[in-house]
Amino acid sequence: MSEQLVFAMEVILNGLMAGVLYALVALGFVLIYKASGIFNYAQGVMALFAAMTLVGIMNGQVPFAHVINATFGTHVYNFGWTIPALLAILLTMAVMVVLAWAVQQFVMRHLVGQEPIILFMATIGLAYFLEGVADLMWGSEIKTLDVGLPQGINLWLDEVTFNIFGYGFFIDNLDIVATVIAALLVGALVAFSQYTKQGRAMRAVADDHQAALSVGISLNFIWIMVWSVAGFVALVAGIMWGTKSGVQFSLSLIALKALPVLMLGGFTSIPGAIVGGLIIGVGEKLFEFAIGPMVGGATENWFAYVLALIFLVFRPQGLFGEKIIERV
Amino acid sequence: MFYREAGDFKVSYRDDSQTFPIKFDRYRYYVVLAVAFGIIPFIINDYWANALLLPFLIYAIAAIGLNILVGYCGQVSLGTGGFMAVGAYACYKLMTAFPDVSMFIHVLLAGGITAIVGVLFGLPSLRIKGFYLAVATLAAQFFLVWLFNRVPWFYNYSASGQINAPERDVFGIIITGPNAPAWATYLFCLIFLTLCAILARNLTRGTTGRTWMAIRDMDIAAEIIGVNPLKAKLTAFAVSSFFVGIAGALFFAVYLGAVEVGEVFGIQKSFLVLFMVIIGGLGSIFGSFAGAAFLVLLPVVLKVVGVDVLGWPTDIVAHLQLVIVGALIVMFLILEPHGLAQLWRVAKEKLRLWPFPH
Repeated sequence: MSEQLVFAMEVILNGLMAGVLYALVALGFVLIYKASGIFNYAQGVMALFAAMTLVGIMNGQVPFAHVINATFGTHVYNFGWTIPALLAILLTMAVMVVLAWAVQQFVMRHLVGQEPIILFMATIGLAYFLEGVADLMWGSEIKTLDVGLPQGINLWLDEVTFNIFGYGFFIDNLDIVATVIAALLVGALVAFSQYTKQGRAMRAVADDHQAALSVGISLNFIWIMVWSVAGFVALVAGIMWGTKSGVQFSLSLIALKALPVLMLGGFTSIPGAIVGGLIIGVGEKLFEFAIGPMVGGATENWFAYVLALIFLVFRPQGLFGEKIIERV
Repeated sequence: MFYREAGDFKVSYRDDSQTFPIKFDRYRYYVVLAVAFGIIPFIINDYWANALLLPFLIYAIAAIGLNILVGYCGQVSLGTGGFMAVGAYACYKLMTAFPDVSMFIHVLLAGGITAIVGVLFGLPSLRIKGFYLAVATLAAQFFLVWLFNRVPWFYNYSASGQINAPERDVFGIIITGPNAPAWATYLFCLIFLTLCAILARNLTRGTTGRTWMAIRDMDIAAEIIGVNPLKAKLTAFAVSSFFVGIAGALFFAVYLGAVEVGEVFGIQKSFLVLFMVIIGGLGSIFGSFAGAAFLVLLPVVLKVVGVDVLGWPTDIVAHLQLVIVGALIVMFLILEPHGLAQLWRVAKEKLRLWPFPH
C-alpha cells in the first residue's frame, strides 16, 4: 500500500474524530431550533461558560474575585478547597439549569412571536452578555481543564496499524473518548425524546406550538427544559474542547464552525447534525491535506462554509432537513 | 404646532415629491448639514476626530449599506466584515498602483470592485433564503479574510502581511497617512457619507427601493406581480456592497492607516454593523445613523465613566462593556424591536399633534 494512501487514511480518521466534536456543538443548536425555532448563537459561549464554571468550581475559585478585590480592596481568590470532578460537573449542571431558567424568564418569554431574525439577534446579545459575565466571574486567562479523561497517543492503535501498514497512526485517546461519549449522548437524547413524557411533549412543541398549548403542554416548562438540555450538551462539548485545547475565548468560536455542519445536515435533524459533522470534519482535513499546501494552508478556516454554500445551492434544505414548502 | 403639513402649500409636483415634504424637517436637515460642514471642521481636534467622528461617519456608511440589504431587501448578511476588507484592499492596490489619481476616484472604484464581489456572493441568495443565507454569507466572510491573509499579491508582498496607507492628497490637501489634518479627514468622510445617504434615500423612495421592499415582504407574491427577483436581489447586493466597500476603503485609508485583515475585518465587525442596523432600526436611513452613533458612543462613554471617573481597572471595564452591550441589545429587542428609528417616528407623530393631542 502506498504511503500517501496510508497518510490519507490517518487524515480521514482524525477528521472523523474532529467531526464528532463539531457534531456535539451542532446538537445543542438543533435541540433549541427544533423546539422553539430560535437559532441560538450563544451555544458556543454557553460551552465556554460551562467549561469555565467547571474549572472554577473544581479549583474552588471565588466567583467575581477580581471585581470584589477591585471594589473593596480585599485579596480573596480561593476558598481553599478543591472539589472532585464528578461533583463539580453536577454543580455546573445546576448552574446551567439556573441559566436556562433565567434566559427563559428574562429574555425569551418577552420575545414570543417576534420575527426569527430578532430572536437570532437576541441570542447574539445573550452571547456577549454571557461572555462578559464568564470573564468577570472567573477571570479571562487561559485555564487547563482536567476531569480525568485519558489523553495522548493511543499506543494500542499505533501498534496495530504499524503491524498492518508499517506506519503507526497517531490517534488521540481523548478523541476516541469523545466519540464514545457523543454516541452515548445521541442515544440518550433519542431515547429521551422518543420514550419519556417530557420528550414527547418536547416533540409536540416542536411540531406545532399552538396545538401543543391547546392540549395542555406548558410551553414555558418545555422551553426551560430544552435550554437546560442544550446547556448540558454545551457542558459536554465544553469539557471535550476544554480538555483538548484549554479553556479560552476561542472556545466560543467553535459555535461558528457548527453552523456549516447544521446547514449540511439541516437545522431540524439530529442525525443530520452527526452526519454533517462527520462530513465537514473529514472534508476539511482531507482538503487541507490534499490542496492546502498548494494554496498556502489554513484552508480549514473557510472550507466548511464554502462546502456548505455550494451544497445548499443544490439542496436548500440540507441533507436531512424538512422540505421547504412555500405558500403565498 | 410647527411640525405639520398644514399651511405648507405645494404648487408643483417637484415640490410635492421632495425628500423632506415637511418644512420643519427640511430646515432641520439644512441646519444639520450646515453644522456638519460649516462649524465642526473649524473646532475639530485629533481626539474627537479619531475617537468619535471618523468611526461614526464610516460606520454610518456601512450601516446604510447593510440596511439596504437586510432592512429593505430582507436578505440577512453576516459578510459585512469581508466586504469591508474587499474595499480596503481594493483601495490599497489602487493607491499603490496609481499614486497620481485622486483619492475620490480610488474610493469610488474600491466601492465598485466590492459591488462586483458582492454580486458574486449574492448569487446563492436566489436559491437560499433566511437563516441558510445568513450562514452562507459567512462563507464570504471567512473566505475573503483568508484570501487577503494568504495571497501575498494583495498586500504587495510586505514582510508583516499588513497593508499601510501611503500618503495621498486631494487638491493638495493630505488625506491619508499620519500627517493628515483632522478636519481634512473628517470632511473627506463626511462628503462620502452625505452622498451615500442622499443616494440611498432616493433609491429607496423610487422603483428600485419598492421592488426591494416587495421582495422583503413576500418574495413569491412579488414575483407573481411582476418583480424580477434576480434583478431586485442582485441590485440590492450590489448597492449594499458598494456602500460597504466605500466604508471599508475609508476605514483603512483614512481612519486606521494600517490594517491586519483578520483583526480589523473579522466576524466581529460583521456583527457590530448588524447590531447598528438592528438597534437603529431595520429599513430606515435615519436608523443607520442612530445605530452607528449609539454603538460608537457607548464604549467611549463606558470607558470614560468606568476608568476615568470610577477608577476601575481597564480589564474589568472591558468585560463589563461586553455585559452592558449584550444586555442593552437584548433590552432593546424586547422593548423596541423596531429600533431607535421607531422612537423617532413616534416622537414625530406626537410633535405633529402637539400641543393639542385630541
